[in-house]
Amino acid sequence: MIKLENLKKSFGLLEVLKSVSFDIGSGTVAAIIGPNGSGKSTIIKSILGLVKPDDGNIWVRSELLRGGADYKKQVGYMPQQAKFPENLTVAELLRMITDLRGGPADTDLHLYEAFRLEAESDKALRTLSGGTRQKVNAHLAFMFKPEILILDEPTAGLDPISSSILKDKIHLEKEKGRTIIITSHILSELEELSSKIIFLLDGRICFDGSLSTLRESTGEFTLERSIASLMKGHPLWMAS
Amino acid sequence: MDGVLKIFKFELHNLSRSKWVILYAVFYFIITYGLFQFESSQSRVVVSLMNTTLLFIPLVSVVFGTMYLYHSREFIELLLSQPIQRTTIFWGLYMGITIPLSLGFVLGVGIPSVAYGMNKLEDVKVLGGLLTMGVFLTSIFVAFAFLLSIRHDDKMKGLGFSILVWFFFGVLYDALILTGSFVFADYPLEKAMLFLNFLNPIDIARTFLLLQLDISALMGYTGAVFSKFFGGWMGMTTALGVLVMWTLVPLLVALRIFRSKDF
Amino acid sequence: MKSVINILLFSCFVLPLHAGEITVHPGDNLAAAITLAHAGDTILIRKGVYSGVGIVINKPLSLVGTGWPIIDGEGKGEIFTVMSDRVSFEGLEIAHAGLSYIKENAAIKVRDVRYCTIRNNRFRDNFFAIYVSNSHHSVIEDNLIFATVKRNTSTSGNGIHVWKSDSIRIVRNDITGHRDGIYFEFVREALISDNRSEDNLRYGLHFMFSDHCRYVRNTFRGNSSGVAVMYSKYVEMTENVFENNWGPASYGIMLKDINDSHIRGNRFANNTIGIFAEGCSRSMIERNDFADNGWALKIMANCDDNKIFKNNFIGNSFDVSTNSTFSYNTFENNYWSNYTGYDLDRDGIGDVPYRPVRLFSWITEHQPASLFLLRSFFVTVLDLAEAMIPVLTPAKLMDARPSMRRIL
Repeated sequence: MIKLENLKKSFGLLEVLKSVSFDIGSGTVAAIIGPNGSGKSTIIKSILGLVKPDDGNIWVRSELLRGGADYKKQVGYMPQQAKFPENLTVAELLRMITDLRGGPADTDLHLYEAFRLEAESDKALRTLSGGTRQKVNAHLAFMFKPEILILDEPTAGLDPISSSILKDKIHLEKEKGRTIIITSHILSELEELSSKIIFLLDGRICFDGSLSTLRESTGEFTLERSIASLMKGHPLWMAS
Repeated sequence: MDGVLKIFKFELHNLSRSKWVILYAVFYFIITYGLFQFESSQSRVVVSLMNTTLLFIPLVSVVFGTMYLYHSREFIELLLSQPIQRTTIFWGLYMGITIPLSLGFVLGVGIPSVAYGMNKLEDVKVLGGLLTMGVFLTSIFVAFAFLLSIRHDDKMKGLGFSILVWFFFGVLYDALILTGSFVFADYPLEKAMLFLNFLNPIDIARTFLLLQLDISALMGYTGAVFSKFFGGWMGMTTALGVLVMWTLVPLLVALRIFRSKDF
Repeated sequence: MKSVINILLFSCFVLPLHAGEITVHPGDNLAAAITLAHAGDTILIRKGVYSGVGIVINKPLSLVGTGWPIIDGEGKGEIFTVMSDRVSFEGLEIAHAGLSYIKENAAIKVRDVRYCTIRNNRFRDNFFAIYVSNSHHSVIEDNLIFATVKRNTSTSGNGIHVWKSDSIRIVRNDITGHRDGIYFEFVREALISDNRSEDNLRYGLHFMFSDHCRYVRNTFRGNSSGVAVMYSKYVEMTENVFENNWGPASYGIMLKDINDSHIRGNRFANNTIGIFAEGCSRSMIERNDFADNGWALKIMANCDDNKIFKNNFIGNSFDVSTNSTFSYNTFENNYWSNYTGYDLDRDGIGDVPYRPVRLFSWITEHQPASLFLLRSFFVTVLDLAEAMIPVLTPAKLMDARPSMRRIL
């Protein structure tokens, strides 16, 4: 469903991605894990076309990306921090995005209702709290029933109740066979959700496989401990 | 095209709410109204309007355009994650700033002018010239704003450069020309001046308007060269063509950078 | 010929008391009729076309046309040459006096005589129309003088040409399409009033070595070089209109070596230069309107003792320009629309002096090509700085008492 091949990207002198390749099959929930600055966001932004890779190829739904934007109709994206045009109200924002995407007419209102966004719909986005913005952000990712969901730190900034609503929603979508990419620093929450782990360190993939393979190879039971043991074996990580 | 219109629509909505454009239109409205109220002759009003236009439109367009684009950063990122081509986003944004600014100017100046009796055929020609040049200058300096703010992620840098661009074309360029004309005083400079005129969109607009307003002052040999050129069909077309170039070149360079930019 | 004899018989025998009236019909020989006429006769010329080349009038006669007869020179030479006092022309259309590079052929040439009258005639496409040479006390009134054939200044003569004459009245004529509308050289005590001289190839009025002349209420419009008044004293120019004289070397009026003269109540509008003054002294320029000119007044450094007061300077690109940092002329009590000062004591006089010479006018004087920077923001800033501390412009050239209101 999503395939990366030898993806490279530098920002100035800083090499952020050093030849990254992976393949995420249809219906897979993949967790991309790695410390800050390991290149998680750059990978996600590359898939979304926000960042232009220096080298390498990306396929989404077996379509090679060459600057087109149509594939994004099947992609729902929840960025780490919601960025909205501040003068719009919630309702206007939703209407605008619906209009821009040209449908579908029957949107998924599950999160909208669960988060009680109706009550906020007339407020300008700049007046909303960080948590509420994040709820709008989450709803936007799911509302067009995309085949692929890309969630960057989805639960960061959400209160525990909303967080669990969102997690339930992710489960629900997983059941429906959606392909989902999640990054999170709360490893325990990925453990519940993911069927594939991609561990990224310093712009390279350190581990790419299922959670059970990871457990076997590290001899640790939880994801957190497994990752910790992966990191310990890495000299660069030790140094910093 | 559909996408461009949609973005333009929302941009317009957003911009109209930001009050700045309304303020801009009101500014021109008050200036024009005031001039008609206090100036003795209509031609003096037009001359004063021309001075204001040539000074403020480039400044406001380039500074406002730059600030607005930095301010729209979030909006752009949101759009980029949607199924919309970057080119579409770019044109939508550009029109979304240029058209309201132009409209603010055209209505702000146009309504009081027509209300004060500038509706005879001759006046319409002069007023039309003024408004056309205003729209061109808006388009050109918003294009510069796009180029600068897309090229530079650092807001202060972008803003600094945009003011510099205005200063260069609005003030410095003429100063250099004047100095140059004294350095090369022994040569016939009329043709050279005509050429140099085209390297500055503000100068093109000014000359274009001058030849419609106080042609008598621009006589003399220099004036003859200029009015012969601008008065003719060829010169008029060339002038407008060059103004279009001044819009498109920075804009297309900006688009090129925008298409390969990382967000 | 038969009818001429009839007329002669008629006038001699039938109506002896009514002596001196001869009627000429189309087909008659006009020249012969004039030759046969006696001094003091009136020749009535009926409607029609008459050929007329080299007709010499050497006795007092009145030529009167009825129904606008056309006397056609057919481009062959001069039409009428007047060599007698007291000759008058009225109601004629005189056309096609021949172009010549050697002789100054005219429709009517008046030579060495007195008391001639040319009134209410039409002059069409002549080389020179009316040529007055060494003649005095004559009147040229209500004539329509025009040339429509496309010509240049060397193939076109003057509308009214006056040389070495005095006490000439030129009133209510309408002159267009000639080299100079009205040409004066060595004329004294003449009055030029209420004429219209428009769209001539060189000057509307070309005026030299002519002292003690007055010209009043004339309109000079669209002449390619405007009006030139040169080398004269005691000239009075009042209530004339100088308009739309545009061009690389075009003036409303060019004054060269004019002394002790008076320019009052004229209107200068839409000229490249309103008044260009060179070598003028002790003259008065007052109560004129200068509106929408490129330069309202260019006054060269060799002008002195002139008084420029109570004029209106409105909407000119440059009000005053000069070629020196000195000024020996007085500017006072003018109204300047470009004046930005204030009048706190409300006496109608601005409290700060106005300096009409802009730095930029100095610049364009030295580097004409820089003119295209007119109204550039940078130039405005330069002008402002210079106005505060004059360096290149004459510090003494200022109106210390500018009027706050338009002078009526």
